[in-house]
Amino acid sequence: MITSGKDSPKGGVSLRRFGSIGQVVARETSTILATFLGLLIVTFLIGRVVPIDAVLAVVGENASAEVYNNAKVELGLDKPLLTQFGIYLVKILQGDFGVSNLTGNPVFSDIATVFPATLELATLGTLIGVLIGIPTGVAAAVYRGKWIDHLARVVGLFGYSVPVFWLGLMGLLLFYAKLGWVEGPGRQSVAYADLLSPVTGVILLDAAVQGEWEIFWDAFYHLILPATLLGFFSLAYISRMTRSFMLTELQQQYVTTARVKGLSEGRIIWRHALRNAVAPLVAVIALSYASLLEGSVLTETIFAWPGLGRYITNSLLNADMNAVLGGTVVIGAIFIGVNLLSDIAGRLFDPRTR
Amino acid sequence: MSSSTARPPLLEIANLNVQFHSRVETVHAVRGLSFTLGRERLGIVGESGSGKSLTGRAILDLVPLPGRVSADRMTFMGQDLLAMSAKQRGALRGAHMSMVMQDPKFSLNPVMTVGRQIAEAYRAHSKMSGRQAEEHALHALESVRIRDPRRVYNLYPHEVSGGMGQRIMIAMVLAAEPELLIADEPTSALDVTVQMQVLAILDDLVKERGMGLIFISHDLPLVGAFCDRVIVLYSGQVMETLEASELAQAKHPYTQGLLNCMPDLNRRDDALPVLKRDKAWLA
Repeated sequence: MITSGKDSPKGGVSLRRFGSIGQVVARETSTILATFLGLLIVTFLIGRVVPIDAVLAVVGENASAEVYNNAKVELGLDKPLLTQFGIYLVKILQGDFGVSNLTGNPVFSDIATVFPATLELATLGTLIGVLIGIPTGVAAAVYRGKWIDHLARVVGLFGYSVPVFWLGLMGLLLFYAKLGWVEGPGRQSVAYADLLSPVTGVILLDAAVQGEWEIFWDAFYHLILPATLLGFFSLAYISRMTRSFMLTELQQQYVTTARVKGLSEGRIIWRHALRNAVAPLVAVIALSYASLLEGSVLTETIFAWPGLGRYITNSLLNADMNAVLGGTVVIGAIFIGVNLLSDIAGRLFDPRTR
Repeated sequence: MSSSTARPPLLEIANLNVQFHSRVETVHAVRGLSFTLGRERLGIVGESGSGKSLTGRAILDLVPLPGRVSADRMTFMGQDLLAMSAKQRGALRGAHMSMVMQDPKFSLNPVMTVGRQIAEAYRAHSKMSGRQAEEHALHALESVRIRDPRRVYNLYPHEVSGGMGQRIMIAMVLAAEPELLIADEPTSALDVTVQMQVLAILDDLVKERGMGLIFISHDLPLVGAFCDRVIVLYSGQVMETLEASELAQAKHPYTQGLLNCMPDLNRRDDALPVLKRDKAWLA
């Protein structure tokens, strides 16, 4: 983006930019810490307010009063609320979210196991949404009112209004059961399960790194249908936003200037107008990505996908508060992180906000 | 005398019409405009909405939709503009005819450095390397009297002043050395001291390169001082065409009205004059 630096004034300019970006990061970081603290206060209070006795959940219904009281002291629940919050804070910062009553594992390691599945799904889904959604939105704006615009709108409306569970089941029926193009529910076929030593937990990545292409393609064919499904919903949103941003940009006077200069239509659309729409688009994409990272409960349920959304829902249905609150903290942290990245990226793409 | 007929006029327009059709009504923005332009400075004046900007855009084939342009004759350097495809008209733009617009704040791309925007204009019409285009762009910045072209090259539009922005625009549209330049209110968004500076630069470059200039403005005295010939437009129609030097002796009541609208420090009027408009002029 920055032209090749070869003499001092250019170097000076880019250094100045770097400095201001550093300031931005510092400012954003303090906002983030405050937001995160707020999140922890909320999850902590929820844990104290819900009508689920944390002690009973550990010792069981038939425990004697003595056992109950000992457990209460052990859990630190006899201390003042503020002290309890302090303990909670320290534990969270150490990655200690407590033990899940449902699985018996530390919540943190549970989440570390399920999150890569969601990450994989959300990333591929967003990638599909961006790679198809942006060109579609651009085309719809450029050929406003023509058939391609109408087609994009109908497809988008479909994406908005059709329930995901119906589309997911229909997809499985058609592409898995009838046509056999893709694999069925789950992340892997049984034959390949657990053959791979997890490094990142993202199967596509692990398999590719270790050269296990058979495992890679098996996982890919499991992933592609749910990812396309999520991608379809994300593309409906992204293409609609792209269209509206592009319509605004194409009416700006700098576009007329570009035409006066005799630039090609392609260059005007992609290099001038779209380049100006990138900063707001980044925010849209980040929002859509973050919402997919939270785990799409319905999609994960239909496709038996062992991801974050399904984990938290299961925990909630079993009153496993440690897991629910731990998951909430993780989702909150992801949301904050993605927002930070999109803010920084937005600033990088728009020189006026640097 | 015969030598002058050997070369066709730069631009010849006969009976130009621009119309906007909508379901409710048809707006006739330019009505039967005709003129011939040599390598001279032609002023087009009129109020807002008189069709002066659209005339410029019709010449460049940049009338926004749903506008429709029609004419009996439109030739540029002997080429028939009406017979050309949109693509051919596009190839003409920038290379042979160009335009400076009103407000540099909006007419420069906010996310691209000004230098790259100028360099891009060079590369659009000739095959040159990025390096060569950059050299040319730096020269162009120098030719519009920018003192430190290297520094300005790397600035973004929001980092330059209005006057500098307009000089950058001029450098950019003159990149390919067009034969015809349309200046659409090039100084209206600038403050008075900078206006003169920008006009002086424009004047120099036009003279130096022997371009034809169409200067669109609502500022009659300015046009009178700057141009050779003036066309006065009202509601899309020519009211009169006169030599700039004779502007003060204009016969047409509309032109006189426009001239009278300028407040005079030495004249004490209790009421400002109101511009008289007469539908009968549009016969």
